[in-house]
Amino acid sequence: MSKTLIRGAQVLGGDVQDVLVDGETIAATGTGLPAGDATVIEAEGRILLPGLVDLHTHLREPGREDSETVLTGTRAAATGGFTSVFAMANTFPVADTAGVVEQVYRLGREHGYCDVQPIGAVTVGLEGRKLAELGAMHDSAAGVTVFSDDGKCVDDAVIMRRALEYVKAFGGVVAQHAQEPRLTEGAQMNEGTVSAELGLGGWPAVAEESIIARDVLLAEHVGSRLHICHLSTAGSVDIVRWAKSRGIDVTAEVTPHHLLLTDELVRSYNPVYKVNPPLRTERDVLALRQALADGTIDIVATDHAPHPHEDKDCEWAAAAMGMVGLETALSVVQQTMVETGLLDWAGVADRMSFAPARIGRATGHGRPVSAGEPANLTLVDPAYRGTVDPAGFASRSRNTPYEGRELPGRVTHTFLRGRATLMDGKLA
Amino acid sequence: MLRHLISAADLTRDDAVQILDTAEEMARVADRPIKKLPTLRGRTVVNLFFEDSTRTRISFEAAEKRLSADVINFSAKGSSVSKGESLKDTAQTLEAMGVDAVVIRHGASGAPYRLATSGWIDAAVINAGDGTHQHPTQALLDAFTLRRRLVGHDTGLGRDLAGKRVVIVGDILHSRVARSNVDLLHTLGAEVVLVAPPTLLPVGVTNWPCEVSYDLDSALAKCDAVMMLRVQRERMNAAFFPTEREYSRRYGLDGDRMAKLPEHAIVMHPGPMVRGMEITAQVADSPRCTAIEQVANGVSIRMAVLYLLLGGNESAA
Repeated sequence: MSKTLIRGAQVLGGDVQDVLVDGETIAATGTGLPAGDATVIEAEGRILLPGLVDLHTHLREPGREDSETVLTGTRAAATGGFTSVFAMANTFPVADTAGVVEQVYRLGREHGYCDVQPIGAVTVGLEGRKLAELGAMHDSAAGVTVFSDDGKCVDDAVIMRRALEYVKAFGGVVAQHAQEPRLTEGAQMNEGTVSAELGLGGWPAVAEESIIARDVLLAEHVGSRLHICHLSTAGSVDIVRWAKSRGIDVTAEVTPHHLLLTDELVRSYNPVYKVNPPLRTERDVLALRQALADGTIDIVATDHAPHPHEDKDCEWAAAAMGMVGLETALSVVQQTMVETGLLDWAGVADRMSFAPARIGRATGHGRPVSAGEPANLTLVDPAYRGTVDPAGFASRSRNTPYEGRELPGRVTHTFLRGRATLMDGKLA
Repeated sequence: MLRHLISAADLTRDDAVQILDTAEEMARVADRPIKKLPTLRGRTVVNLFFEDSTRTRISFEAAEKRLSADVINFSAKGSSVSKGESLKDTAQTLEAMGVDAVVIRHGASGAPYRLATSGWIDAAVINAGDGTHQHPTQALLDAFTLRRRLVGHDTGLGRDLAGKRVVIVGDILHSRVARSNVDLLHTLGAEVVLVAPPTLLPVGVTNWPCEVSYDLDSALAKCDAVMMLRVQRERMNAAFFPTEREYSRRYGLDGDRMAKLPEHAIVMHPGPMVRGMEITAQVADSPRCTAIEQVANGVSIRMAVLYLLLGGNESAA
């Protein structure tokens, strides 16, 4: 097996160390490790992180291979420093059976750029009426532990209660897309000052917060584990903070775009800023950053949502919701959390690797950078400054809100079980 | 002058006064035996209507023809999506036929803005109403009507609406007319009061440059004009208000309420009116109601806008 010596990186932003990778595992860490026959990567000034884990992506296969496939999506993931991504269930057909989740899982393994852990639908066809065969998906080769109807809210309180209860049998978690459907009929953007001026249908914060409030109480009542997808409002932060203080077993994620962008951008009517939940206000952005820093929000997850060009090159109301995010996530987190002093690199490792791996039970991921651990690693050059150019994306889609924006930092190398999937910024 | 007319908020006071003054010149054309100017001869204007609108389309068409433009009417009912062809393709197809200006009515807020700013086409874009966003020529014709009635045809030239108080009543939430009027009347120095049940006011309305009230009677006593907006019957089914009758009682303008208006105050309506709902027949047919006059003024305003956007600098008359 091949050996790699990563020389002189700051491990988790801390001490400068050498890390020797032998085969699939980290053989040794320390200073002045002999290179021997290993390939040497001079990593002075770089940050070495555990391979990033994304609990929330849309890889679109099966069904919408025009926007993304497991291959292109995992290549985008490797480019962004991820070694494990969770793929949401809203494919065509929906990932609500063992067959579909096994297919997605197998495709990820075959391509080898990034582990793909399928998320199973909570309800058949994401229709919110009948529980999907959650146990069968868990028992399949894919070993599903995270269940979500993401894209749609499990709004029926009884179905949500049953799902929360049922997955306890195998340590599963329900990841809720919190969106009260009646309050968001025709919703096009955050409801507030800007929507009032632009005449676009409002998506009020209360539509998210009321579902989160209900679900943390349900989770408490039945003693279950709950995960909140893409939390986007200051009010949601308050509810999750309250729930955690009560000892409720809830975790929450925030997307990079909700840490950086606000609904002021919608004034351009450019659908590249159309996303669900919508971009909120500056006040929300600051509350989300604070909550990620203090641990109220556990993780960053991209909600990577590829769409073909034609679904964004149109009027706002006709456009699809969603943004690609895998290839820019770490840079946005560096800008919004690290360079603001809210989080150090060890904190980034926690929010983007340790914690998501723990929530999703991603075996072998989110492990410490120490001898004997699987060599899932991400090497970052934090001094890099570059302008986002979607033409260079590995993703099949280009719907990024950051085009032309300068963002800090760049992933130079990604290792999946000792094998470089990204080498000097280029896919291996 | 601007290259496009997308939002009333884009107009400065001087832009707006210039349009109103030009519209006065255009109105004189209507008094001539031959109601036509050669200004836009050889220029092609397309009326691209994705939403049903007989009044606005005909008004633009009349304005275009009086300026001697070649007119193409393109009605694409329903959204571009349901039709299968995208807005971009439709617009590019029309531009390939050599249009100089696109007058667009679209159900999606922001569609005219996208058309003007996305680099899809080079033609001038005039917003003839987009979703619940803006309807700038409606606001201009309302301002024109207000200035004529409250300041005077000739004495109004060069002047704005400083100090005038306009009450706008009805479904503000879904109204592009209300948004455009708040922007333009404020720019022209008028005070605007919005009156509606709280359900029909947008969240965020407190940031608009106007007053907001839930009580029609108290707003009527001190104003120079009251503008009644249509309330679509389907709103009732979405629980915006309990019944049509309750709405009429609380927010409709009938003879008794009209009697509370100051002597000189006018009653405006952008049409189409729902008689018996927001306005009674007695009010609609009274000499104080300017609904028909607004239609006539609409042609003058649209001529002025087309002239200023496309016609260049030569004198109109």
